[in-house]
Amino acid sequence: MNIKDFLCEEAIILGLEASSSEEVIRILGGKLRDLGYVKENFIDAALAREATMPTGLPLGGKYNAAIPHVDIEYVKKSALALATLRAPVVFYNMVENQVEVPCQLVIMLALDKPKSQVEMLQSVAILLQTPEMIENILSANAVDEVFGVLP
Amino acid sequence: MTKTVIVSCGTAIATSTVAAKGIEEACKEAGVAVVTKQCKTAEIQAYIDQGADLIVTTTQMRFDPGIPVINGLPFLTGIGKEQMINEIVEFLKD
Repeated sequence: MNIKDFLCEEAIILGLEASSSEEVIRILGGKLRDLGYVKENFIDAALAREATMPTGLPLGGKYNAAIPHVDIEYVKKSALALATLRAPVVFYNMVENQVEVPCQLVIMLALDKPKSQVEMLQSVAILLQTPEMIENILSANAVDEVFGVLP
Repeated sequence: MTKTVIVSCGTAIATSTVAAKGIEEACKEAGVAVVTKQCKTAEIQAYIDQGADLIVTTTQMRFDPGIPVINGLPFLTGIGKEQMINEIVEFLKD
């Protein structure tokens, strides 16, 4: 089970115009909620977590990514949502919370079990570590192009 | 002797899973016996009290844990990953 098995087609938004990380989290979280993968309070929990333990990741290439996620108690069934942004929004660095990370790719992780789904998480890491994959996802105009790029 | 590494992140479900797996694989390759204990950053102190040699964390540490801390973000981003793995293995080697 890797990233493709968990990523919801209906929760992929390409070329999203958003003005803040909060807006992106609300939109992606709303998709996962409407699709029945997460509980009503997932979005609030994701925003609260982002405020105290941010998930922005500075990557090696031109683009950075954020991976908002929360405790398993807010999740009904594991799923991933993904947004590419027309212009970057600011998330904060996971290990240096004061440092801004302008992100253009956001992968929201909704996980229903702790310490599991290792393969999927590793494939997310592979994606994050491969600048060409990120660039190809950011330039995708259709959902199936995204699936074509994913590890 | 088997070393214990605390692997912490915000929720103990996502980034620490990737880091723990990476540490286990690197140590296996280097012939270093290691046990990883995954936890939330907020739970670190309790795990230190049980005894540990090293902390690898993907969140910001807000206190001095009294044992060495290595930033595990490279397991996700790949930046400086080799150097970080060497550092971890060197530290855990007897």
